[in-house]
Amino acid sequence: MSILASDVQERTGTSPDPAAQGNPLPFRHASVKRLNHLDALESEAIHIMREVAAECANPVLLFSGGKDSIVLLRLAEKAFRPGRFPFPLMHVDTGHNFPEVIEFRDRRVRELGERLIVRSMEASIQQGRVVLRSENQSRNAFQSVTLLDAIEEFRFDACIGGARRDEEKARAKERIFSFRDEFGQWDPKNQRPELWDIYNTRVHPGENIRVFPISNWTELDVWEYIARERLEVPRIYFAHMRDVIRRGNGLLPVSHLVQPQEGERVERVMVRFRTVGDMSCTCPVESTASDIAEIIAETATTRITERGATRMDDQTSEASMELRKKEGYF
Amino acid sequence: MLAVENIALEHAELLRFITAGSVDDGKSTLIGRLLHDSKSIFEDQLNAITHTTQRRGMEGVDLSLLTDGLQAEREQGITIDVAYRYFATPRRKFIIADTPGHEQYTRNMVTGASTANLAIILIDARKGVLTQSRRHAYLASLVGIPHLVVAVNKMDLVGHSRRTFERIRDEFMAFTSGLRFDSIRYIPMSALNGDMVVERGDMLGWYEGATLLELLETIPVGHRINLEDFRFPVQWVCRPHTEEMHDFRGYMGRVESGSIHVGDAVTVLPSGQTTRIKEVVTYEGAIERAIAPQSITLTIEDHLDISRGDMLVRTGEHVPRVARECEATLCWLSEQSLDLRRKYLVKHTTRVVKTQISRIDCRVDINTLNHESVETLKMNDIGQVVLKLHQPLLCDSYRRNRATGSFIVIDELNNNTVAAGMIRSGDELN
Repeated sequence: MSILASDVQERTGTSPDPAAQGNPLPFRHASVKRLNHLDALESEAIHIMREVAAECANPVLLFSGGKDSIVLLRLAEKAFRPGRFPFPLMHVDTGHNFPEVIEFRDRRVRELGERLIVRSMEASIQQGRVVLRSENQSRNAFQSVTLLDAIEEFRFDACIGGARRDEEKARAKERIFSFRDEFGQWDPKNQRPELWDIYNTRVHPGENIRVFPISNWTELDVWEYIARERLEVPRIYFAHMRDVIRRGNGLLPVSHLVQPQEGERVERVMVRFRTVGDMSCTCPVESTASDIAEIIAETATTRITERGATRMDDQTSEASMELRKKEGYF
Repeated sequence: MLAVENIALEHAELLRFITAGSVDDGKSTLIGRLLHDSKSIFEDQLNAITHTTQRRGMEGVDLSLLTDGLQAEREQGITIDVAYRYFATPRRKFIIADTPGHEQYTRNMVTGASTANLAIILIDARKGVLTQSRRHAYLASLVGIPHLVVAVNKMDLVGHSRRTFERIRDEFMAFTSGLRFDSIRYIPMSALNGDMVVERGDMLGWYEGATLLELLETIPVGHRINLEDFRFPVQWVCRPHTEEMHDFRGYMGRVESGSIHVGDAVTVLPSGQTTRIKEVVTYEGAIERAIAPQSITLTIEDHLDISRGDMLVRTGEHVPRVARECEATLCWLSEQSLDLRRKYLVKHTTRVVKTQISRIDCRVDINTLNHESVETLKMNDIGQVVLKLHQPLLCDSYRRNRATGSFIVIDELNNNTVAAGMIRSGDELN
């Protein structure tokens, strides 16, 4: 563990923001003859973002405050600075977000000086566009309605998102530029062939493309990149004491949405979140990892997949994600 | 233990490979075995497939279930073209393009192969070299994959016979002598028992070469990136218009091949104007030199009119041909056949131009490699054609430069990608 920590230190350099200091000489690129795998993944993602900016009329980047979209923002900076982002950011707010994440989201957007659009499911519920069975039910699946409404409202033709192919088997079969019809639906049988890195971005009015620049990254790549770039992430990714309930195979965080049912007991446990999503269905894992280096060490040795450990809604059936995606989910 | 080993990951490279073979050859089992024995399978995944194996009334764990498809595929008995899988060892990271066999094979394999550096072709030791093995090798060669691994699988079913392995190897060798690979390796294995995949096992002691994983970890990652010819298609022009950067005009893009240094003389294509590189800019600051495949921003010494679709190349060296007509090999991907009367769009680097396919010289029969004359190209056909272009393309041959020799063809009416193209120069016949 200590070896790993010093290794991370070494390769992230000493300056969190080299551009802000007198010496702009990068610590990696200047003398590197061969690019390592993170450089290769980074360059691929930058290339993808620039293709979206150049070929799509009205793109948007989906930013939730989670680790994958935090990486997307850094990639967008690398793709477009010293210019501004050629697209706004958008968050589909389920109303079930962790408050730390929302606070982080707003702060990060302010630092970047970019525009954030927030569209909330609460509004969709009030308009009767989303009907829930109960107030506390998971809202993950219903995000699609709010997302599709926002796409229509702003006439977005491309949505850049932080999904990765290693997350889930439906994602493993999805293109980097993933075509959606005018109802926002994904048709896995009818995807456009995607060859080399020449991307077909063309859509008719009303249709859109979902673009996943970090398709080829794994969870470990994301954390290694966060370490290398010294990116800040919401505190709930680090180990902390939290009241939880054991339910099914997972731990559920106690909140106004999740209260113990009969026979369940509240425990105070050292946990961290591997993903941040809807508070009612995102489970923390037991962990003592208190900094990025320790998270990397833990991620490298974990024996459970990211979604298997943390998302109750993916465990309801073997095809949960596939079905949600067909309905327009991210 | 793993944590310490994984430290080396940062310095590992990335190998992308494709597996070719039908279900019967044991491809799913091989991938499952590779993932399982390299400890890349997570407990919840293993639990799920153990459960499914038992539900189907079998014992143990059927590793082929790891690559089991989506609900839509299971219900309809179809297989969706390409799935990408990821695993890492302390030495390297791997991306597998897993393409199913069966009738749409050409389309699937060309798609998966387009980004691969290595292809594994599976051969069932009982059946030997089949027509489809030849087809796989030809397609891998056509798309320019540098390294080929021929996995002679199911050795347990032929008594681990060295003679059988050598006979298959010799037959395959004779066939591939006409194809272009940097290396071809032959490995006897039993994916079912795990022999020579990650572990050596006890049954194939006469084989002294590397196991499959050793090979994957050590083979030089021949990206076939052309290291000589600097090619920089402009993707995006950055003009911040801020007070402190009022005059900044940066050309953003990716170095597709070669390298560039501050002060180098460059030519802008297609206009032919020349200038020098003033700065190579990255987010971290200015650098002296950039190499493929870095994404960077360039500024130049002179005020030139440069926009997306233009390409910067180094002056005085080999430059692409600025062409309104080009010869290419097309792999037709669409259910709608090629229509010689229609116009299509070609996307090549960052340029999109209208085109008409003016002539089909021949179709290549991928089983016999014979050339036959045809009126059209249907899905899965590979043909040699001539394209007439409404605006010029900046053409390198695919053999010389994978990045600037490849293109896709788009149907303007439904926006589908209908063909993959590889530019040929006149002296390349195959």
